[in-house]
Amino acid sequence: MALRSCLIPFLQQLGDDVSYWGFFVEYAPKMASGAMTTAMVMGCSALLAAVISLIFGLMRLSQNWGVQAAATVYIEFFRGTSLLVQLYWIYYVLPLMGLTLSPFMSGVLALGLNFGAYGAEIVRGGVQSVPRGQWEAALALNMSPAQRMRRIIVPQTFTLILPPMANLTVELLKATALVALITVVDLMFVAKQINATTWLSAQVFGTALIIYYIMARFALIPFLRWLEVLAARKVGKA
Amino acid sequence: MDTRHPQSLPDGSPLVRFADVTKSYGDLTVLDKLNLDIAQNEMVSIIGPSGSGKTTVLRVLMTLETINDGVIYVDGEPLTHMPSGAGLEVASESYLRQRRSKIGMVFQQFNLFPHMTALQNCIEAPMQVLGLSRDEAEERALDLLQMVGMDSKKDQHPTRLSGGQQQRVAIARALAMRPQVMLLDEVTSALDPEVIGEVLNVIRSLNSEHNLTMIMVTHQMGFAREISDRVCFFYEGKIAEQGSPEKLFEDPQNERTKQFLHAVLDAN
Repeated sequence: MALRSCLIPFLQQLGDDVSYWGFFVEYAPKMASGAMTTAMVMGCSALLAAVISLIFGLMRLSQNWGVQAAATVYIEFFRGTSLLVQLYWIYYVLPLMGLTLSPFMSGVLALGLNFGAYGAEIVRGGVQSVPRGQWEAALALNMSPAQRMRRIIVPQTFTLILPPMANLTVELLKATALVALITVVDLMFVAKQINATTWLSAQVFGTALIIYYIMARFALIPFLRWLEVLAARKVGKA
Repeated sequence: MDTRHPQSLPDGSPLVRFADVTKSYGDLTVLDKLNLDIAQNEMVSIIGPSGSGKTTVLRVLMTLETINDGVIYVDGEPLTHMPSGAGLEVASESYLRQRRSKIGMVFQQFNLFPHMTALQNCIEAPMQVLGLSRDEAEERALDLLQMVGMDSKKDQHPTRLSGGQQQRVAIARALAMRPQVMLLDEVTSALDPEVIGEVLNVIRSLNSEHNLTMIMVTHQMGFAREISDRVCFFYEGKIAEQGSPEKLFEDPQNERTKQFLHAVLDAN
């Protein structure tokens, strides 16, 4: 029932005002260019988040009290506060302190920092779930602490953390819609613009939903699956 | 097999010496003022009930665990402590690494690196730690893999190998570092009965053909008796009795040894 009551206005509008096909032909190029920006935001912030995850995840495991505390504070802060507020802080408050970033940069930074904090906890968990025997075998071969981490532990961590990381990446894609609020001209921003001039809300946001879904389901997820298979092959499991 | 006799170092000191070594976890004392000397080329088996501290002897010697008191000497120099002025202080990482290079260990659970093939497992540390070139490391590793009968499987990942095969690769991996002392920690305990023999054969050939000092924790009484120069029976963190295999297995003096051997031999 709920589904039908949602769909009826949409279908009515499709029939009444203008054919969906007409709408699509006119606005598809604009929405496609918005989608490209979304993909760029997503790609850059995923990269940033991955680097941050690795660095702060390993810092969390440091023997050094100060290093560990710094990582903990960072993770607590970015996981414990709202992404939208962080985004506004970086875009509207940092300039008051003399640091002005473009909307795109602000968006990538906020998403990267926020998702990096979640990712760091995944990395920490991954490193800790490498069996103890692996550390011991590497030590018995007289490898240095850095060699143990870099050559033995971290490579094994990848296969363990890829599934939760893939989940987080899909979340990230959907979270990129927030950057529209700081004037990044992404898919959501374009959708709002078209809506403001045409009032074809059902067509506009319906199409946007479908594009997000296609990006996640037919581009991002197959790519992440491929990475998992690649990693599994590396350890001789596939 | 008696072409080979345990020898002391030229200066008469043992290759490995435990001097009043104590290891405890909270209230639980695992090694209680342990004194144990092991001569060069000696093959020592450690037997005893579980919880008697057998495996801990190997783990503290490999520096996988720290000790609470006493000193371990390897090749005449302290292992976990370094000379400082007149006394000793706790060893730094670089000092530890230098001393640790004399020791190799094979684990009950093999602990091969799953992301590397058999060959890569054997060349990793020689290249990273000893600084060998890939060619040198591969030559050394292939010789060893051939010795343990695993050269035909050199490009397989550990998940594709049986337990016995993995353990043979693990032995080759440890030998590739050219240790003076090999520690074997219940190396057949995780294996199916039908593959235990292949691993024991490798250890037999190591013992007879290589100048290697070995300390073996084992539940294989028959094998310990056959191969050892000396057998130590551990009880509550101490050596309750030690001696030649003939003496210890046929004429044990200590009540605990008698009980243990009865129980174990009855089970077999």
